[in-house]
Amino acid sequence: MKNYIFKRIILLIPMLIGITLITFIIIHLTPGEFTKINMQMDTRASPDSLARLRQLYGLDKPLHVQYFEWLKRFIKLDFGESFIDNRPVMDKILERLPATLLLNIISLFLIFSFGIIIGVTSAVRRNSFYDRLMMIFTFIGYSMPAFWLALILMLFFGVKLELLPISGMKSIDFEEMNFFEKIFDILSHLILPVFVTSFGGLAYISRYVKSSMVDTLSQQYIKAAYAKGLPEKKVIYRCALKNSLLPLITLLGLSLPGLIGGSFIFETIFAWPGMGRLAYEAAMSFDYPVIMGVVTIAAFLTILGNLIADVLYAVVDPRIRYK
Amino acid sequence: MNKMILTGLTIICLLVMMAVFAPFLSKYDYKEQNILERLQPPSAKHLMGTDEYGRDVFTRMLYGARISMSVGLIAVLISAFIGIILGAISGYFGGVIDNIIMRFVDIVLTIPTLFLILMLVVFLGPSIFNIMFIIGLTSWTDIARIMRAEVMKLKKAEFVDAARLIGLRNRNIIIKHILPNALSPVFVYMTFGISGAILIESGLSFLGLGVQPPEPSWGNILTAGKDYIHSAWWMVAYPGLAIFLSVFGFNMLGEGLRDYLNPKIRKENL
Repeated sequence: MKNYIFKRIILLIPMLIGITLITFIIIHLTPGEFTKINMQMDTRASPDSLARLRQLYGLDKPLHVQYFEWLKRFIKLDFGESFIDNRPVMDKILERLPATLLLNIISLFLIFSFGIIIGVTSAVRRNSFYDRLMMIFTFIGYSMPAFWLALILMLFFGVKLELLPISGMKSIDFEEMNFFEKIFDILSHLILPVFVTSFGGLAYISRYVKSSMVDTLSQQYIKAAYAKGLPEKKVIYRCALKNSLLPLITLLGLSLPGLIGGSFIFETIFAWPGMGRLAYEAAMSFDYPVIMGVVTIAAFLTILGNLIADVLYAVVDPRIRYK
Repeated sequence: MNKMILTGLTIICLLVMMAVFAPFLSKYDYKEQNILERLQPPSAKHLMGTDEYGRDVFTRMLYGARISMSVGLIAVLISAFIGIILGAISGYFGGVIDNIIMRFVDIVLTIPTLFLILMLVVFLGPSIFNIMFIIGLTSWTDIARIMRAEVMKLKKAEFVDAARLIGLRNRNIIIKHILPNALSPVFVYMTFGISGAILIESGLSFLGLGVQPPEPSWGNILTAGKDYIHSAWWMVAYPGLAIFLSVFGFNMLGEGLRDYLNPKIRKENL
């Protein structure tokens, strides 16, 4: 087991190099460039000043030199400074992290709890009216374009009923509020984004739980539990549930990158000041250091999430451990 | 045939007919502006009302169906083409080739797909052609994995041994004997891929990075309507509904096909 984890961690290095190299190549070989975009706005700019600007940002050096310089700094966990406001990329990321974490932890919690409940109850009452209803309900969430749903909800709850704030994370007078008002303010800003994110994610988890539960219920040991005379509730909730929820651990690990990376579409609709929006702004303004930073961190988290999922799975399921 | 396949196919057929017969279903031109009739609510004259330039929304929806659905279809065909070839090579030959291809897949899978798409669209510019290719070039990894697993299973089958014994070349064995048998799970995935691509295009449109107006796509009709949401609900409601219906239809079809092709579930439903 230890050997296995060690091997996986060693594999991280070539993976990260591959990912950052691909991102780097995409950034630098595509036609748009940070300096050119800036120059377009100024008609008096001469080719000479363009060259000086490129030199200033280090964009005039050969590509491999630029990449190695980036790599050298990355080893010291330094992602450089943003082209836009010259602040360290790390600071910008850390500043956006809490908003994304807050939104996604709550959504993920709701998705998993409702997903498990819907999945298990539909598996138990398979092919019933309830099962079909839940399937259609989750399917609608899965097929709904999130920004459309968001628009409609914003219009209805925010504008027509004036019940909920429609964008951002805090009200304008946030600083003057006392502690409880502050919490209430953030919570009310959270309701719509959390609902939209969770509704879309529900189908995946509930389907997964359902098929895993259906599978478990057809196992021999469940028949044995019935044969022994255990009441149905005990068989389902004590014997079957535990075993059918095991594979969920994998999904929990796989949701790690989304948890921290956020989604730029959701965050843009609700003007949520998180990581996804930072990534979006960086891409739109050709802010190379921030793009590299965001992609590297997201990729690292994905690999880490996979690793954690595999290790946890082996820890809870002895059948895998001994293979 | 189960109900899900039927529901999905019905919805998709309706939308495809709308797209194909667009010129016969509407007497307006999707680009023609008429400032005197801007922001008209739905009426007998304009079934879905008019937009901020007085263009007929129903007509734009019909032509939007063409663009949105072909973006979905072509993007998926591109990703299937890459995925099937790489997956088949990887699964059939195994060893070093397999290792190289699969590590490459791992790396591409690790870069957040949506952000990769966003980045490429910003850098290369949002034309219909670019969007199809970018979505296609970034979403082949799952198909490659599915294909590889299928081919690895099939290459141990007796009929493949037989083909090898009579001296067929590798290329012929893969194309003529393995591919036709390995494609069904890929088809299931492709139907989900189409709905995914339609959603991605509309998401990009929402950020102003999708198909560019005046060419209509469901996404950009909706995006234009967003600014008039208080006064002209029809500009938001109909394109949103169309995106939802098409995604719902393709997902239903995919889900139904998956059940249909899975003998364990099929037996139970019979």
